[in-house]
Amino acid sequence: MSSPVIPSERAAPPPVILSGARSAESKDPARRRRDQVPAIELRGVSFSYGKEPFIEKLSAAFLHGTVTSIVGPNGCGKSTMVKLVDGLLRPQAGEVRVDGVPTLSMKAKERARRVAVLAQAGRPPAMTVEALVACGRYPYQAHQGKLSREDREQVERALELAGIAGFRAHELRRLSGGERQRAFIAMTLAQDTDLIVLDEPTTYLDIRACHETMELVRRLNEEAGKTVVMVIHDLDLALRYSDRLLVMERGRATAAGAVAEVLDAGAIERAFGVSIRPHVAAEGRAYTLFPA
Amino acid sequence: MPAIEHEKAVRRDGSSRVPLAVVVSIAVLAAVTAAGFLVGSSSVSLGDLVAWATGGDVSAAAKSILVNVRLPRVLAALLAGGALAVAGAIIQAVLDNPLASPNIIGINSGAGLFVLVAASVFPSALWLPPLAAFLGALVTALVIFGISLGASTSRLTVVLAGIAITTVFGAGMNTILIVNPDAYIGSSAFLVGGLAGVLMDDLLWPAAYIAAGLAVALLAEGKLNIMALGDDTAHALGMNVGACRLAMLGLAAVLAGAAVSFAGLLGFAGLIIPHLVRFFVGHDNRIVLPLSAVAGAAFVVVCDLLARVLFAPYEVPVGILMAFLGGPFFIYLILKNRRGSLE
Repeated sequence: MSSPVIPSERAAPPPVILSGARSAESKDPARRRRDQVPAIELRGVSFSYGKEPFIEKLSAAFLHGTVTSIVGPNGCGKSTMVKLVDGLLRPQAGEVRVDGVPTLSMKAKERARRVAVLAQAGRPPAMTVEALVACGRYPYQAHQGKLSREDREQVERALELAGIAGFRAHELRRLSGGERQRAFIAMTLAQDTDLIVLDEPTTYLDIRACHETMELVRRLNEEAGKTVVMVIHDLDLALRYSDRLLVMERGRATAAGAVAEVLDAGAIERAFGVSIRPHVAAEGRAYTLFPA
Repeated sequence: MPAIEHEKAVRRDGSSRVPLAVVVSIAVLAAVTAAGFLVGSSSVSLGDLVAWATGGDVSAAAKSILVNVRLPRVLAALLAGGALAVAGAIIQAVLDNPLASPNIIGINSGAGLFVLVAASVFPSALWLPPLAAFLGALVTALVIFGISLGASTSRLTVVLAGIAITTVFGAGMNTILIVNPDAYIGSSAFLVGGLAGVLMDDLLWPAAYIAAGLAVALLAEGKLNIMALGDDTAHALGMNVGACRLAMLGLAAVLAGAAVSFAGLLGFAGLIIPHLVRFFVGHDNRIVLPLSAVAGAAFVVVCDLLARVLFAPYEVPVGILMAFLGGPFFIYLILKNRRGSLE
């Protein structure tokens, strides 16, 4: 299950299953049925921006119930993979499935009710935290009108869960980077999906805000049962806060599995050209990386 | 979860001022509308206005002034101001550009050129100018939209493209008016924007366009908030971003085009008013759009009133007065945004 993906030139490789213990142990019949299909599955996906293939015959699957980090050097196709999952880009071959349903067969709002994707941080919009979080209810609104009672309840729940209820009336642009990122994550929570995909959620954040964001991600997984897939550059954060890892190089998945298994296989060290030294302290485990 | 920091340093937004802003703007609109009926070269008293409005006895002379002169003029100002301000708010949101407005990016000029062409070819078709104006505005909006799609296109590029389009269309309008001076009665006022001589018949079709446009805009205003999140996030929330942008620009073209069809190239209401509204109530487009309609209507009524009385017994087209206000405001916006945000 955790063996590295061996890309094939001729046929799509078998999917890399990123299953979690929590999903396998679920006693809820509905959840068990849901967990029988991957949360996200890429089947032999190829994509290119120009003539050169950028992602080639990529197959991977992410099952429900885990926090999975996608790591890899710059330009390896991590963010492109997120855009393929989100339907922002169309694969030139293969298909992407969310909960077993091809994303391209879904209407835009239906897709947004299944998977909440938080794009990389851009210029923050000029609006309040509450207005931003309310935007997360857009997929549920037939016409862009007033929020329903359920919409308001979901917004309130998202604000509470992300720990920013006290900031509801504040302008987004006046918050710190970490607080702002939590507001954006609250917006994805208001989408009320089981699956959240975060594209570089810690970019531009200071170290404390990085850890706060990652702690929120863990809490969403453990307390709210969210499946989280995130693209992340900071290997220390990825190793510390993830259950599973998918390592990408040059548009292909080269390894996948539990963090310890991927570490033991040396896939990260090969992909980045580094050596990794774990440190165990009273506060937990951390990782130091040195150029190999 | 660690405690949230910097709370004291974070200012609340303007949403708490919304109720006050609504009450004040409606009160101001009512006051200036009444003033628009009362002030002018001929004397009409408040008693005459109240009597006329409530169906009471009023002298024939006063009634004639109110019905034939003041009513179409005030109505024209209300319609043009509301339409242009909402069009400006939409365009600024859709293009994510604080400098954009119907006159800056050439939409007014496109509408004006098509109006003059229509008036030259079919001078007796009263229904045609609003439709022609809409088409002209739409064509220009599509050109600007196409330019804005370029990955490396800055906000300044869009503005400069709009200025170039305005220059070309302005040359076209002047050519028509030289070749066919009878194409449009009061053509000099049309080129700067003016409301003198507007008749109720001129307003029938534009009013229908503007009423429909405002109704749709108020229904769709929440989409502008989603667009403000950026294309990728709006897409992730299930919005067809390209189609929405086009539809909203089309809506702005309907509003601006309808206003231009009877008021000429009235500028700057669409630039100034949305900024003014955001300054007081924040950036939530669900608030900005309706308040822009009210504030824009009041603004043009006031400007038209001033245009009538400032140089009495002479009257200047209201567009000239608005240009005196709008030009410096445009420069202020450029200076305010010069640190990289226009790139």
